[in-house]
Amino acid sequence: MEIPTIIGAGLIVIGAGLGLGKIGSSAMDAIARQPEAAGKIQTAMIIIGALLEGLAFGALILGKN
Amino acid sequence: MVTLKKSLNLLAVILFAITPVFSFAQQSVETAVDVTSKTDAVAIEEEHVAVEKTQADKVAEFIDHHLKDDYSFIFFADEAEGKKYGFSLPVILIDNGLKVFMSSEFDHGNKLVEKDGQTYRLYHSKIYKTDAEGTISYDEKGHPSNEKPLDFSITKNVASLFFTTILLFVMFLGLARTYKNGPNNLPKGFARVLEPLVLYVRDEMAIPNIGVKKYRKFMPYLLTVFFLIFLLNLLGLTPLGFNVTGSISVTACLAIFTFFITQFNGNKDHWLHIFWMPGIPWPMKIFLAPIEILGAIIKPFSLMVRLFANITAGHSVVMGLIAVAFLYQQSLGVGGSVGISFVLSTFLVVLEVLIAFLQAFIFTMLSSLFIGMAVQEHEEH
Repeated sequence: MEIPTIIGAGLIVIGAGLGLGKIGSSAMDAIARQPEAAGKIQTAMIIIGALLEGLAFGALILGKN
Repeated sequence: MVTLKKSLNLLAVILFAITPVFSFAQQSVETAVDVTSKTDAVAIEEEHVAVEKTQADKVAEFIDHHLKDDYSFIFFADEAEGKKYGFSLPVILIDNGLKVFMSSEFDHGNKLVEKDGQTYRLYHSKIYKTDAEGTISYDEKGHPSNEKPLDFSITKNVASLFFTTILLFVMFLGLARTYKNGPNNLPKGFARVLEPLVLYVRDEMAIPNIGVKKYRKFMPYLLTVFFLIFLLNLLGLTPLGFNVTGSISVTACLAIFTFFITQFNGNKDHWLHIFWMPGIPWPMKIFLAPIEILGAIIKPFSLMVRLFANITAGHSVVMGLIAVAFLYQQSLGVGGSVGISFVLSTFLVVLEVLIAFLQAFIFTMLSSLFIGMAVQEHEEH
C-alpha cells in the first residue's frame, strides 16, 4: 500500500518539531545553569538546529516527488 | 545607526508591499495575446484559452514564476494592456555555432525566433527547438519533449550574480583602501559596517572551528561565501525579483566548493577516520566505512538543500501573504484584506531579514566546521 506523500511530510514536520523543541529546551536549561556561557550555547544550538533543519528540508524535497 | 537600520527595514517592507500592486497584473498576458496579427505569432495552447484563470491560480503561477529563473527582468506589468515593464537580457545559445540575441525578440514567449534556419521558442521559461510553426510536442507525462539547445544565456540569476559581485567588489575595495594607509586607520563610510562583519567571521567562525594556526588559508573562501550569500539574500527581499540563493544550482555550486576545499585540504587523519577509523574492531570498520563516505557527501548536500529550501520557502510565504490582499477582498473588504496582508507580510519580511543573515552565518559556520574537522591535528582531540 502506498502512503500518501502528504502524510510523510507531516511526519517529517512532527519529527523536526520534536527535535527542535528538545534542542531548545536543553539549551534553555544550559543557559539557566550557566548564564555566562550563553553565547557559546546559542551558537551550538543554532548549528544543531541547522543540521536538523537540513535533514527535514531534504526529506521534504525528496518526498515532494 | 539604529534609526538608519530601522528606516531601511521599513523602506524594504514598504517597497515589497507595494510591488504586487504593479506586478500581479502581468499574469494573463499569455491568454490576452494577439494571435492573428503577426505571421510569426505562436499559436497558444488550447487549455490556456479555454480555462478562465481564477485569482488563486494567477497567484500560484506568479509565485512559481518568481521562483524560477527567467530570461528578462520584469519589474511590473499592466494586465489590461498586456505590457510588461522591465529590461531584457542577452540569450546565448550554442547550437551549430554561437547564436546571440536579446530575449526581447521572444516577447515573453509570444513570438518565435528564427536564427540560421532553426526556430526557437520560449515556453514556460525554457527555450526549445521547434519547427517553423513552433509546435511543442509532449511526452506521456505532459512535459515538452522538444530538444533544447545548449544554453549559456545571461539569465536573471546570472545577471543578479554579476551585479552582486560588482557590488561586493566595490564595497571591499573601499575597505581595502583604508588599510593601505597604515594598519591602524579607521575605515570610512560604508566600509565601517563591513569591518565588524569581517572580524565576526574571523573571530566567531574561522578561529574557533579551524584553529589559530590554520585559519588564515581559508579566510578568503569563508568571507566570500558569507558576504555573497548575505547580500544575495538581502537583495532577494527587495522588489527587484532576485531569487539567486533560492535556485538550487547556485547553492549546489557553493556546496561543491566547500566539499572540494574540505577534501583537498584534509590531512592523513581525516582520510584515516573515513576509511579505516582507529580504535574499532575490524569487522565494524567494514560497515562503518560506507557510512562515513556517505556522510562526507551528505554534508555538502545538506548545505545545498538548507539554503535553497529556506530561501525558496521564505519567498513563497512572503508572496503568499501579500496575495492575501488580492484573494480575500470579497470576504474581508478591501481595507481588511490589505490590512491583514500588510501586517502579516511586514512581520514576515522582518523575520526574513533575520533569516537572510542566519543562513549566511550557518553556511559559513558549517563550512568552517567541516574544514576544521578535516584539517585538525591529531593532538587536538
